[in-house]
Amino acid sequence: MNDRAFAVVRAGALTTVQDLGRSGHAHLGVPRSGALDPYASRLVNRLVGNPDDAAVLETTVNGCAVRPRCAVTVAVGGAPCPVTVNGRPVAWGAAVRVPAGAVLEAGAAVRGVRSYLAFAGGVAAEPVLGSRSTDLLSGLGPAPLRDGAVLPLGPPPSAAARFEAAPWAAPPRELVLRVRLGPRHDWFTAAALRTFATRRYRVSPASNRIGLRTEGPALVRAVPGELPSEGMVLGAVQVPPDGRPVVFLADHPTTGGYPVVAVVRDEDLAAAAQATPGTPVRFLPLG
Amino acid sequence: MRTLPVGERALLVELGNGEEAQAFHAELLRRRASGALPPVREIVPAARTVLLDGVEDPGRLAALVSGWQVEPQHARAEPVVDIPVRYDGPDLAVVAALWGVEPDDVARIHAGVEFRVAFCGFAPGFGYLTGLPARYEVPRRSTPRTAVPAGSVAVAGTYTGVYPRSSPGGWQLIGNTDVVLWDPAREPAALLSPGTRVRFVPEGPAARSVGRR
Repeated sequence: MNDRAFAVVRAGALTTVQDLGRSGHAHLGVPRSGALDPYASRLVNRLVGNPDDAAVLETTVNGCAVRPRCAVTVAVGGAPCPVTVNGRPVAWGAAVRVPAGAVLEAGAAVRGVRSYLAFAGGVAAEPVLGSRSTDLLSGLGPAPLRDGAVLPLGPPPSAAARFEAAPWAAPPRELVLRVRLGPRHDWFTAAALRTFATRRYRVSPASNRIGLRTEGPALVRAVPGELPSEGMVLGAVQVPPDGRPVVFLADHPTTGGYPVVAVVRDEDLAAAAQATPGTPVRFLPLG
Repeated sequence: MRTLPVGERALLVELGNGEEAQAFHAELLRRRASGALPPVREIVPAARTVLLDGVEDPGRLAALVSGWQVEPQHARAEPVVDIPVRYDGPDLAVVAALWGVEPDDVARIHAGVEFRVAFCGFAPGFGYLTGLPARYEVPRRSTPRTAVPAGSVAVAGTYTGVYPRSSPGGWQLIGNTDVVLWDPAREPAALLSPGTRVRFVPEGPAARSVGRR
């Protein structure tokens, strides 16, 4: 039992393999995918000496447990959670040595939604179009983890870890998303745009890797009818017929037919990925 | 042509209609191939727009493209992708009634058109094919199917598409093909990409009555 792989002991609610995604294929209908909190995935990679684009595990709400078949350095970051090796507490947000055959567990997130597990050498699942990311919209990449599954690890990196502990911004009590209006804000009434910029929304429990759904006042359209399909970007705030804004996250469709009232700055999307259902949301248009 | 900023790093170019959008997309690809386009991560054509995403300076790019003379799209000598089809889909009779023809005529009409992939979306490898005249426009089904089989050849609006894999879908199904539209292990993974010319070739029982060209 010394091969470079790990077995899944507890898959958790939804644990996927993620790297920095597969951009460059949107014109074929392929979402970019990748870690929803790329800052967290980079940090845990750096803690174990991996390059930033090594594949990690992204958990959802209740963590996961794995049993490496070889001794391996790991780091757990992103949403804070209890971390144990064979039931004993170890450090969160730092490199930890896990012996071969021991069980590494990332527990339920204490705050935030998504924890990240990096293994020295990275998760070596088969890449698809240059990325190992699981894409839940179109089903590309490795399947979400299942109990008993075995995933390979890459060769350990020769580089030393670049630092010892990770700084991490806690998920905010209120999510403030800075946006630039457009391209289709003129499809909404002036009153709707005021509502969008001033009223409070809440993160809906129906949110997922495709989009952060919100609950709150509906945005009323000034232009009826359908918008011919057009290309969609990460962070696009699309408004479906029910009027509640949806912020597109990594697994978003590449084209869509509902008007985009605004686009969230990339820098704010990691916080969106860590916002639990019920978190207040404000959209802050920049000049 | 109208350019609309999309966030901090993207630009949406809106054209007058679908043909202009396809011509502008072809122009972008030509200029990129010759090194005359600033770096762009994604070029995503759609119904009457082209999205340029991952751009350093969208304002400068907007000024640049606004000055372009775009050649109208002309038939090029590139090969056509032939897709053999059995015209026996479950909505064939519905589509025939909407078109005001007999079910057998649907294959003749559909296979007589040269299509072009206007854009992709919905699923990897799913192309929105244009070419069907406006008089053959059909609505989507009022209730989408929960599972449309892979290889289904379908129409909606004046678009034609082929489902790359089994998925929910609301288009009217007129036929079936064994051709693999999407295979990530293949290079290229997508059989159809924006700009590809496509012809449907009847096979099976329908082929005899329709005949091959």
